[in-house]
Amino acid sequence: MTPEEAWFDREAGHLVRPYAITGGRTESGRTDYSLITLVVTADPRVDTTRLGPEPAAILGMCRERPLAVAEIAAQLDLPVSVVKVLLGDLADASLIITRAPVPLAEVPDLALVQAVIDGVRNL
Amino acid sequence: MTQSLVPGAVKILVAGGFGVGKTTMVGSVSEIEPLSTEERITQASVGVDSLDGVRDKSTTTVAMDFGRITLRDDLVLYLFGTPGQFRFWFMWDDLALGALGAIVLADTRRLESSFAAVDYFEQRGVPFAVGVNCFHGRREASAEDVRAALDLDESVPVVLCDVRDRASSKEVLLALLDRVRTGALAAAGQPA
Repeated sequence: MTPEEAWFDREAGHLVRPYAITGGRTESGRTDYSLITLVVTADPRVDTTRLGPEPAAILGMCRERPLAVAEIAAQLDLPVSVVKVLLGDLADASLIITRAPVPLAEVPDLALVQAVIDGVRNL
Repeated sequence: MTQSLVPGAVKILVAGGFGVGKTTMVGSVSEIEPLSTEERITQASVGVDSLDGVRDKSTTTVAMDFGRITLRDDLVLYLFGTPGQFRFWFMWDDLALGALGAIVLADTRRLESSFAAVDYFEQRGVPFAVGVNCFHGRREASAEDVRAALDLDESVPVVLCDVRDRASSKEVLLALLDRVRTGALAAAGQPA
């Protein structure tokens, strides 16, 4: 990809659309979403016909399994900050359930570390 | 569905200079094709739903590649390939927050591109391991050469690897996790 193509596809394309999708808002009122906050659609049978295409798409993709904020952003090809605004709206409407990352103290819990080790060994 | 049925997530960072194999490593162990997303980072946060004042802030777009490993029904590990360019590092606090640890991938032909990542994780106290990516099986330096060149503490694992190979990438991850475990044990007052 040439620098010009990168500029037009990635930068210019995103400078306009995200703000349009979020109604001009650049930040969610919620600051507690992280890249790996997991999102699940609260009610798999929810009617999404009255929602915008992006919120409807989020409810659709998080129906089957929980997805991280970063995964939703990648699949929608939108910046993470825009997705966080959309998720804030969906959470306010009780349409999604989210779970913050496993809290890590300065030193992580030994049981958690062992669970990760076991999981990676079994890959 | 209640919140307790949503799994928890942890993350490990994969850092290193451009072209050192970060995305390849993520892809070799991920259960999904590595995804790419981006975030616009502003150095000062606005905190309100307004574009007022945005002019005064420096904004940059940072791309991240990442993969997923479902460890258990209730635990998911995400691997994030992090931008290697030094000028993006002011945003690493976000990225490093809540990370179990980090892998610094190094290329023996340009070890200097790993210095910034090593410094960063040392300063932040983030446990890390160094993976020396031996492209196409070339082993041009020993782990001890790399340790000396990067001035690494004895406690930092250094693993020669080929990140295209899943087993090799797993080995690097496990070396890091062993280091994390040692730290957790020491903090709990138990011998490693």
